[in-house]
Amino acid sequence: MTNLFEVQETNKMIEESNLDVRTITMGISLLDCCGTDVDDVCERIYRKITTKAEHLVEVGRQIELEYGIPIVNKRISVTPISLVGASCCHEPADFVKIAHTLNDAALKVGVNFLGGYSALVSKGMTPADRMLIESIPQALSQTQLVCSSVNVGSTKTGIDMDAVRLLGEKICETAELTRDQDAIGCAKLVVFCNAPDDNPFMAGAFHGVTEGDAVINVGVSGPGVVKRAIEEVRGKDFGVLCETIKKTAFKVTRVGQLVAQEASRRLNVPFGIIDLSLAPTPAIGDSIAEILEEMGLERVGAPGTTAALAMLNDQVKKGGIMASSYVGGLSGAFIPVSEDHGMIDAVLNDALSLEKLEAMTCVCSVGLDMIAVPGDTKPSTVSGIIADEMAIGMINQKTTAVRLIPVPGKSVGDSAEFGGLLGYAPIMKVNPFSCEAFIARGGRIPAPVHSFKN
Amino acid sequence: MKKTIITVIGKDRVGIIATVCAFLAEHNINILDIDQSIVQGFFHMMMIVDANKTDKDFAELAAQLAKVGEGIGVQIKMQHEDIFNVMHRI
Repeated sequence: MTNLFEVQETNKMIEESNLDVRTITMGISLLDCCGTDVDDVCERIYRKITTKAEHLVEVGRQIELEYGIPIVNKRISVTPISLVGASCCHEPADFVKIAHTLNDAALKVGVNFLGGYSALVSKGMTPADRMLIESIPQALSQTQLVCSSVNVGSTKTGIDMDAVRLLGEKICETAELTRDQDAIGCAKLVVFCNAPDDNPFMAGAFHGVTEGDAVINVGVSGPGVVKRAIEEVRGKDFGVLCETIKKTAFKVTRVGQLVAQEASRRLNVPFGIIDLSLAPTPAIGDSIAEILEEMGLERVGAPGTTAALAMLNDQVKKGGIMASSYVGGLSGAFIPVSEDHGMIDAVLNDALSLEKLEAMTCVCSVGLDMIAVPGDTKPSTVSGIIADEMAIGMINQKTTAVRLIPVPGKSVGDSAEFGGLLGYAPIMKVNPFSCEAFIARGGRIPAPVHSFKN
Repeated sequence: MKKTIITVIGKDRVGIIATVCAFLAEHNINILDIDQSIVQGFFHMMMIVDANKTDKDFAELAAQLAKVGEGIGVQIKMQHEDIFNVMHRI
C-alpha cells in the first residue's frame, strides 16, 4: 500500500524539482478536409479541429487537478498542410489563408500552439510543397500560434538541397518580417531530417500521414528531477550514475503514461506514444546544462560534454522504455540554447560554441535548437548550417533539426528576447567563411550506402 | 475502488487532525489509513481515503480542503492514488 515516504518523494519531485508533463498533444488528421475550394477547406479544417479538440484543454486541467501534476502545455498537431492544401491552393497566399484558419481554431479551443504547417520534401518538392515553403514567412509573421516544420532529408532518401537552399532564404525573410519581436517567427519554424510522425513537441509537431484520425501523444520532462537525483551520487562511478538516471527516468515516464492513458480515455481518442524527452525551461533547476555540470563538467561545452550527453540520453531511454508500452517521437535530451539558462550562461562564458553544439547533436535527440545568430548571416550560410545538421541525421539514422534565428540588427554580444517558455538567447558567432557556391549547386544529396538494407 | 491520498504538511499545532477529519466526515469521505509523524517540529500526515461517496466533485473538494489548510497554517493536497502507484510499483 502507498506509504508516506513514496508520497513525499513524488510530491517533492513536483514541488521542488519542477516535475511536470510537458505537453499533451492531440494529433488530428485533416486529410478528410481536402477539397478544391480554399474557403471550403478552411471551413472544414476549423470545424474538425474545434470539434475533435473541444475538450482537450479542459480535460488536461482536470487531470492536473486530480493527480496534482502540472501539465504545462496542451497542443494540437495536424496533417502537413502542404498535403491538405495541395488541391485547393494555387498561390502562397492561399496557404496563408489556411494558416489563419489554424490560428483561429487554436485560439478557439485554447491550446498554446498548433503544429503542422508543414511540408515533407526529403526527396523533392511538389508545386504545393514549394508554395507552402514560400508562404512560411507570411504565415508565421501573421499568426501567433501556428508552428511550421519542413522535413528536407532522410536516411532513406538523402537530402533535398533545393529545399535546403530555399529554407535558408525563407528563414531570413521570416526573421525580417518579425524583426520588431527579435525574429520570433523563426522560433516557430523547424527544419528536419528523419522527422518523426508522432512528435508531440513544438515547433516540430505534425500529425503524420501514417497516423489514425486522431491520437493523443504525451511529452514528459523532468531535467530538475534527474539533476536532484544525481546530486545524491556525486563522486560515484559511471555505473552508479547511470543506474540513478535510469531509475529516475522510469518514474518520470510512468507519470507520463498515466496522464496519457487518462487523457486518451476521457477524450475518447486513442493513445499514441510517450515521448521520453528531457525538455528544459528557462527556470532555474529545470536545465539540461545543470545535469551535465552536476556530472562533473565545470561548464557545459567543456571537453567531456558530448560523452556526458550521450550517456544521459541513453539512460533516459533505457529507463523510460520499460515504463511505457509505446515510445516514440523524439525521445531524448533537448539542448535548446534560449530555453535553458545553463546553456545561455555557457555561451556567455565562451564555453559553448555553435560547433560544439553541432557535435552534441550527434548524440542527443534533436539538433541546433533555438540558436540566435547575427542578423547579417547570409541565407546561404543558414542553408549551410542546415545542410551540416541534416547530414548528421542522414548518416546516423536519427532525427536532427535546426531552429536558427538570425536576429535583424543584432550581432555577437547582443541578446534576443522571446519571452515565456522560449526564453532569451545570446547571439552566437557563426563561421564567417562562405558556402555560397556549395549551396548554389542545387539538386539532392543521394541516400547514404548504409540505407540500402533491403 | 479508487482511493485518494491526502497529504498535510506544516508547522505542528493543536487540532490539525481534528480539523481535517471533521471536514472529511462532513463530506462523507471515509478514512482508510493514516500515517503521521513530526519531523523537527513539522507535521507530516498522509491519509488514504475513499472519496467515492461524496457528492462534490474532486476539483471542488481539493480546493476547499486546501482552504481549510490555509485556515490552520498547513498545506493540504488531495490526489488520486494512481500517481503514486505508477511511480513506485511495477
